[in-house]
Amino acid sequence: MLPSSLVKIQNIAMIFHSAEGETVALKDFSLEIQHGEFISMVGPSGCGKSTLLNILAGLLKPTSGSVFIKNQKVNAPTFQVGYMPQSDQLFEWRTIWQNVLLGLEVQKKVNAKTEEAAARLLKRYGLVDFKNAYPSQLSGGMRQRAALIRTLAISPEILLLDEAFSALDYQTRLVVADEVKQIIVSENKTAILVTHDISEAISMADRVVVFSRRPGSVKNIHTITLSCQGNTPLKRREAVEFKDYFQKIWKELDIHV
Amino acid sequence: MSKQTVSTIFSPDHYAYLKRQKNHRQKVFLMQIFLLIGLVAFWEIGANQRWLDPFITSQPSRIVRTLINLHNEGSLYKHVGVTVFTTVAGFTLGTICGTAVAVVLWWSKFISAVLDPFLVVLNSLPKIALGPIIIVWAGSGVTAILVMALLISVVVTILGVYAGFSQVDADKIKLLKTFGASKWQILGKVILPASVPTIIAALKINVGLSWVGVIVGEFLVSRAGLGYLIVYGGQVFRLDLVMTSVIILAVAAALMYQAIVVLEKIALKWR
Repeated sequence: MLPSSLVKIQNIAMIFHSAEGETVALKDFSLEIQHGEFISMVGPSGCGKSTLLNILAGLLKPTSGSVFIKNQKVNAPTFQVGYMPQSDQLFEWRTIWQNVLLGLEVQKKVNAKTEEAAARLLKRYGLVDFKNAYPSQLSGGMRQRAALIRTLAISPEILLLDEAFSALDYQTRLVVADEVKQIIVSENKTAILVTHDISEAISMADRVVVFSRRPGSVKNIHTITLSCQGNTPLKRREAVEFKDYFQKIWKELDIHV
Repeated sequence: MSKQTVSTIFSPDHYAYLKRQKNHRQKVFLMQIFLLIGLVAFWEIGANQRWLDPFITSQPSRIVRTLINLHNEGSLYKHVGVTVFTTVAGFTLGTICGTAVAVVLWWSKFISAVLDPFLVVLNSLPKIALGPIIIVWAGSGVTAILVMALLISVVVTILGVYAGFSQVDADKIKLLKTFGASKWQILGKVILPASVPTIIAALKINVGLSWVGVIVGEFLVSRAGLGYLIVYGGQVFRLDLVMTSVIILAVAAALMYQAIVVLEKIALKWR
């Protein structure tokens, strides 16, 4: 028997209703994701990438079709999934430590063991000295790291990164993407990144899923194999094949302004 | 990647800049003191020289004398106490009730949609017009004054705090939902703490409004308090008493406002 996939997305359709009419956001969308994979999702604006992420997080119920995580149907937010919003969304009135414990607090799982695990993450990723600082005292990159630790503290299997770096300036963004990728790899997590940035998608992912125009479905999937030393996103950008992938995906997106 | 620390050694230009800033602040402060002393001196001398009629303008020395008399009679503290107590009670109740109603509106889209036009009308209605009704319903005592102070501040609080609740970043709420948060947890962990600045802004407005409510209430019904002293003084043409009460009122209102500012500093230390 084949090992079953960590995430199975089966024939998802999503229809939104409003006073003006109805919008078909996703149609016949299917995808399987294996444990430890890093998946990037790119597509034209309004193609339903974020909708899919909301469905994976259990925040939205698809109109038809279903999502399985570890063979369990997703109906509501599950502890298996950690969500990283656009911009870090650290709570300004909480210290870094209190922010990191937020998810555990909500899930009523704060205990000696989980606190120790969270403290270890802070230490490993260089934020231990800022434990009692407020978010406003940290740089953009450190805030993003704190936000990632907040998500990791609930020990999810899968991380959903929703344009997670789009609030950062370009240079910081490159460095933070590098850091986040390394953390996700070293924590042995599965990740799904939604982005507008084709280079970011290629540089971080094992596979890039290209969405069709609305209604969104899978247009193509690129398995990224790059001949470069080191596997960090910054190094990967230097690979010779990088621009070929970029060209292919750019053509598939078929953007007209 | 840590934030760039500000250097502690500056160029001479920077010291000159700091000095100019300090000079400016000192100049403003000196001018304020000068203006105050000038006004008081003009008032006192003007009344002595009969440029002004102290019978209708009173005079600083008479105000001090009135103050001392009130102190000796022992009635000063009673009047100040009554008014301050009613005001604090009014604006505390106004803030608590207003925030509580705002929570209900946030909780139920249906209730907020139903109540919206009523709140708009209540907000534009001058609450002072309800004075006679309040007196009939609540009796002519402290209760009526308290209700007046409450009524005047509660609608503004509801609208202001509810607007604050609605402005909380949707992504923060979404983040909590992905953790599996209940509606109570969303309220307790993000809506209320994120709205502390809004609630404090409401407090600042409510201090002023509650003073209006209490003084108007005392004009209408009371037998004690600063509002009573002002009305009584006006009726018997003792402008000394009126002016003294107004000045005590100004000091008390300013002190209460400063107390809120201190509270704000403590509550928003994360800023």
